[in-house]
Amino acid sequence: MIDFNLNERFLRGDFENKAVREGFGEGLVEVARNNEKVVALTGDVGDSVGLGEFIKEFPERFVEVGIAEQNLVTIASGMASMGMIPFAAAYAAFSPGRCWEQIRTSICLNNMPVKIVGSHAGVNAGPDGAAHQILEDIALMRSLPNMIVVAPGDSVEAEKVAVACAKDSRPNYLRLARAPSPIFSSDNSPFEIGRAYVLREGSDVSICTTGTMTAQALLAAQILEKQGIFAEVVHCPTIKPLDSETILQSARKTGRVVTVEEHQIAGGFGSAVAELLSQNSPTLMKIIGINDRFGQSGAADELLDFYGLTAPKIANILASWL
Amino acid sequence: MMTIFKMTSGAIVSNLEHHASIHEINRHARNIRINIIKMLATAGSGHPAGALGLADIYAALFFDVLHYDLDNPKSPDRDILVISNGHTAPVFYASLAEIGAISEKELWTLRKFGSRLQGHPERNRLSWIENTSGPLGEGLSQAAGMTYALKYFDKNEQRKVYCTLGDGELDEGNIWEATMFASKNHLNNLIAIVDRNHIQLDGDTEDVMPLEPLDRKFESFGWQVLQINGNDPAEFIDACSLAHKNLDQPTVILAHTIPGKGVDFMEGDYHWHGKALNDDEIRSALSQLEAEKYD
Ligand SMILES: Cc1ncc(C[n+]2csc(CCOP(=O)(O)OP(=O)(O)O)c2C)c(N)n1
Ligand SMILES: [Mg+2]
Repeated sequence: MIDFNLNERFLRGDFENKAVREGFGEGLVEVARNNEKVVALTGDVGDSVGLGEFIKEFPERFVEVGIAEQNLVTIASGMASMGMIPFAAAYAAFSPGRCWEQIRTSICLNNMPVKIVGSHAGVNAGPDGAAHQILEDIALMRSLPNMIVVAPGDSVEAEKVAVACAKDSRPNYLRLARAPSPIFSSDNSPFEIGRAYVLREGSDVSICTTGTMTAQALLAAQILEKQGIFAEVVHCPTIKPLDSETILQSARKTGRVVTVEEHQIAGGFGSAVAELLSQNSPTLMKIIGINDRFGQSGAADELLDFYGLTAPKIANILASWL
Repeated sequence: MMTIFKMTSGAIVSNLEHHASIHEINRHARNIRINIIKMLATAGSGHPAGALGLADIYAALFFDVLHYDLDNPKSPDRDILVISNGHTAPVFYASLAEIGAISEKELWTLRKFGSRLQGHPERNRLSWIENTSGPLGEGLSQAAGMTYALKYFDKNEQRKVYCTLGDGELDEGNIWEATMFASKNHLNNLIAIVDRNHIQLDGDTEDVMPLEPLDRKFESFGWQVLQINGNDPAEFIDACSLAHKNLDQPTVILAHTIPGKGVDFMEGDYHWHGKALNDDEIRSALSQLEAEKYD
């Protein structure tokens, strides 16, 4: 197991919360300083998806297309075909939510290195309600050939994801959370597209997670430890391609796998893990996610709790399952 | 402050006589504005500028223009109000409280867990809501589908379909697809109301994505275009009467409004598109609005 260098403060229970979208914005500025081909586009939501600093530092490389997500991603495709590396950033509900077919044809079938940045994914979008809380975007994006799908676990990892995606020559989807969430990784934590990381070893069950659910899984593992249950936590920021080696190894070791995601159970990250395990090493599984319903208005924490996506709720489900 | 607009075409409408007096409608609009501020204050988030700017039109809609049955929100004879710019929901919810369809107390549940008043309107939560919205650009097509069904399937020429739209929202291609459909099919009972307030999330509409000449865009798409001061309920009511007289074309009312109307520090400033007010700002906004007297 490589050392992930978990954040010291997180381990002490002293959580520092920051929004994933903000970390992405900081990473993008860093990327743009080193690569003049990097450009950013938005559909009238520049600041709210983390582009604020980029717009200030690189106004000439910022392109505003207005509230027009289908136009946004197809313009990005055109720019990519001329050698640019476009980050097209909007609310995930609308891009990729609204413009799936445009992404399918003009970005994936065309195989253009466009970076679709979808912020406000999941119920943590909060008071705006169901229409804004997309819970289907992983399914939409991971079913597309050529597309890479990444959901950073925290704001620190999101910075590294921005850097890695700019270097990647394929279409990428970056799934970002709106609400602040605990930082569990550190500056020294590794990130590579396609790699999963064992953050904590255990023998009874593997909890495979993606996005901000990883922090909750780590905390759930602490709760379970007190009950004598030893959970292994496998952080999978890349949903496609999955790190099959790491996941299979953990599944074979513990014999049980639970996945956690802030997304519909149908077609999401858990489905991807089930596709892998069922065909290579059939393992008893439980998929924790949103079960075939919409979100609603409320505070982010309140909603995560209501939908069973907080550490105590996850620990309960696991304890009663094992 | 607002960019000065030029009225290149479209009738400037005159005053007629109305159901509720304009004086009363102004008082309702003031109450609606006060409740918008109070709702956003308890919610701690939301979109003040567009909602405040639309209060005069909503007061005119609910106290004069719309046919509805207070006891039966799904009355089969009712006119339909499609809200395409769903983020302005507070002006709609506050209007429902003003006519007595919901209680004032319920307004304070806006955006909260379990509320019927979701951050963006959801049709299945409250029977007064005709369409679920929030994602911009979808309302006009739904309104066109409703008007088409009324005209060609129900053969009903009485019921009207009104659709409120943001001006930034017009960036969406879906809107212009609906616009072509409506004129192809002579949907004369469709009345689009564009909140021409010159702001959207990232800035002034003419900086983000220029819309002008907006009147000529709609005209060339086959619509009747009326330009009004959208903060004058009388002009709005007259524009609706003119729209009803057109038996061939759909009508768009380009309602020039002041975003944040009634609150000096918000008026014309795009930053108030979707920002919560702090305690001092709430106090100041309420005292400005409450100082308007309509007795
Ligand atoms: C399809 C879609 N894209 C983006 C958004 C995010 N958004 C909400 S309101 C808004 C600006 C709308 O501008 P306008 O229609 O002029 O409304 P106003 O600010 O005047 O109230 C944006 C970009 C959205 N709700 N839907
Ligand atoms: Mg506007």
